[in-house]
Amino acid sequence: MTRDIFEMIDIYKSFGGVEALRGVHFNIRESEIIGLLGENGAGKSTLMKVLTGVHQPDAGEIHSRGNPIKIHNTVDAHELGISTIFQEFNLCSNLSAAENLFLGNEKKRYRFFVDYGKQKEKALDLFSMFKVDINPEIPVGRLGVAQQQLVEIAKSLTFSPSLLIMDEPTASLSEKEIQNLFAIMRDLRSRGISIVFISHKLEEVLEVTDRIVVLRDGKNAGEVATSDASKGMLISMMVGRVLENLYTERKHKPGEEVIFEALAINGPPNSKDVSFTLHKGEILGLAGLVGAGRTELASLLIGAEKRTSGVTKIRGREVRIDSPVDAVRNGIGYLPEDRKTLGLNLGMSTRENITMGIHDRVVSIYGFISRAKEEKVSDRFIGELRIKVENREQKVENLSGGNQQKVAIGKWLATEPEVLILDEPTRGIDVGAKAEVHRIISELADNGVGILLISSEMPEILHLSDRILVMHEGEVTAELSRDEATQESIMHAAVSGA
Amino acid sequence: MSSIEDAVQGKQRGPGIVRAILRKREAGIVLALIIMSLVITAVAPRFASGQNLYLLSRQISLLAIVAMGEFFTILTAGIDLSVGSLIGVSGVTCGLALAAGVHPLFAVLIGLCTGFCAGLFSGWLVSYVGLTPFIPTLAMLSLARGAIWVITKGWPITNIPKPFLFIGRGDLLGIPFPVIIMFALGIVAHIVLRYTVFGRRIFAIGGNEQATFLSGINVKKIKLFVYGISGFFASVTGIIMVARFDSAQAAMGTGWELDAIASAVIGGASLMGGAGSVIGVFIGAAIMGIIQNGLVLMKVSAYWQTLIIGGIIILAATLDRVKNK
Repeated sequence: MTRDIFEMIDIYKSFGGVEALRGVHFNIRESEIIGLLGENGAGKSTLMKVLTGVHQPDAGEIHSRGNPIKIHNTVDAHELGISTIFQEFNLCSNLSAAENLFLGNEKKRYRFFVDYGKQKEKALDLFSMFKVDINPEIPVGRLGVAQQQLVEIAKSLTFSPSLLIMDEPTASLSEKEIQNLFAIMRDLRSRGISIVFISHKLEEVLEVTDRIVVLRDGKNAGEVATSDASKGMLISMMVGRVLENLYTERKHKPGEEVIFEALAINGPPNSKDVSFTLHKGEILGLAGLVGAGRTELASLLIGAEKRTSGVTKIRGREVRIDSPVDAVRNGIGYLPEDRKTLGLNLGMSTRENITMGIHDRVVSIYGFISRAKEEKVSDRFIGELRIKVENREQKVENLSGGNQQKVAIGKWLATEPEVLILDEPTRGIDVGAKAEVHRIISELADNGVGILLISSEMPEILHLSDRILVMHEGEVTAELSRDEATQESIMHAAVSGA
Repeated sequence: MSSIEDAVQGKQRGPGIVRAILRKREAGIVLALIIMSLVITAVAPRFASGQNLYLLSRQISLLAIVAMGEFFTILTAGIDLSVGSLIGVSGVTCGLALAAGVHPLFAVLIGLCTGFCAGLFSGWLVSYVGLTPFIPTLAMLSLARGAIWVITKGWPITNIPKPFLFIGRGDLLGIPFPVIIMFALGIVAHIVLRYTVFGRRIFAIGGNEQATFLSGINVKKIKLFVYGISGFFASVTGIIMVARFDSAQAAMGTGWELDAIASAVIGGASLMGGAGSVIGVFIGAAIMGIIQNGLVLMKVSAYWQTLIIGGIIILAATLDRVKNK
């Protein structure tokens, strides 16, 4: 019989009048992978922070194997065998994998000296358990995202945890790496470790978990054995309504006219002779594994990084793009992958962010910004994109992820681009916001904007794209029409490179 | 859901103007300024005399002008360590021109140009060579001061024409001329930072340089000019000093970079960039000036001044941190 290793009973938690948790029950059995779902703001993170001692509950009890316990701080949680793997990695990029694994818990020799030999040996043991090949002596900053994550998981295992909490662990992984991660998760389960898996990607939750708990507005919205669950059912539990469809139907076919052309683009770190054309009103999907060089290609296209050779044409006319300034001038916008560090000025207002790319168009007399013009533009996009803000002066850092992303998109729409490069436009935003972003992308294409869509989410690429390019190690390895493209055909080109 | 809305709106209401003023970043330091003034006046009533306030305001204006320039670089999350030396070097070029009989107007222009160009050079190294601001401005601190010693060999430059001295010693309607310059430049700086595209972009760079760059803004050009502006403001102070001392001294402005940075920080500027105001910098400079002046009047040993300023910087920065948590 499986016992509850942890049980959270009737947990309440509020922050200054905002009730984040309102009587949540959550139990974790031995050796199970449990999916925790909910829209942003549903209370998932708060619940996990209560369990890991970051927050103290206002009311409610926590039991460990039947005994009531108090978790006052993260140290207590650690001692109870609870380990968390955060979305952002907690690794020192300048230190080696082995050093990171034993940071704060160093293997010692004569009390004061680090026993590097032993640490390396232990690290290799852990990595071989995952059947992964990571050199423990390389600084983790030089490892790929997926490998860094494995280092992070390995690090948590050095504390022999009984419960592992994984918050969006697949956000920056490719399909193959995700499968590898799932294999590791199952392996850990077979060793008696329970896992709480938090993800916005329903397919993944359905694939890897044993049981799914859904939260909505700080309350339990439902619980189901994964074998009995379906995507539609989970979505309706999360949003409390039946969501029509995640994807909007396209109204128009892409035009014939080529608006953007890249010819033999070469550049660091690994882009090799990348050529493609983009038509008016077309959504061109750019698929590939993480590390395939898609974001890097985008950087070369907009001039954020210097290319070594290659030509870009707009409407058949050759244009020089040496910096994002040139890109914007030529009607090319780039929505970066990481909205918080690259896409937005978090400390500035929604208004200031939306007009960031169009300063020359909101001036009154020379050099002076016209507040009235700014307000008009920002109000327009707040309305059109249905951005939920108190008012246009609200700081962007106080908006939810989905609304932040809409502000970042609004900034680019304000520049009235002909070509828009969208890099993982729905990463880390909840289901409702995702559907809206998909609608916006479809509408943009219907209005004639050429869109290069970089996404690691297969369903997103498959549903939205008119045509799909697949990259592998910096090269375009396949071009697939909407009809040819399947999950398998894309994967094949992304992995094998042929 | 309603509880969230209530909580949010509750913040917005409240009894209008008083709350609005108290919420301002500058409220705390204005209060500190007033309390300090009252305490000093109680101990040494001479503090509040017309004569003392005249001298004090002139002293403060010199620092406030440099600090304003420094503030531009701090807003972009940069720093300019060279302003003290630029005060000196532009004073010297201006003084040399005056001593050589150049028309004072041109001599002033030469001084301003010196500071502006030296600043642009640092800015060029920051923007286009990609050096961390600390390094090229530290080098400029040495370069400019070294140039002064080489040119003057340590001797003061005298023979400054009498009409020129008005800039440092004169007054209009009882207000010292340097104070008028300070207010004029302050108003311009405030308008530039708050209402122009250039100003908006300076704040944007301080907030998130990478995002600003990817928005298609020419970040390099803006940073280049920010250091030029810092040098320009330093040269204004340098020229006023020449007029006030009736000579250009080799050691003029030594150590002022630290006072300028301190003024900006006390006034609420964040070294992380993107935060602060011209008014705050003025108040910061005023606090620095009042402490020095007040301690002298209260007959506290000069040795204590430096120590107390150190304490004030920690206090101001800590309060700011606590308030913004």
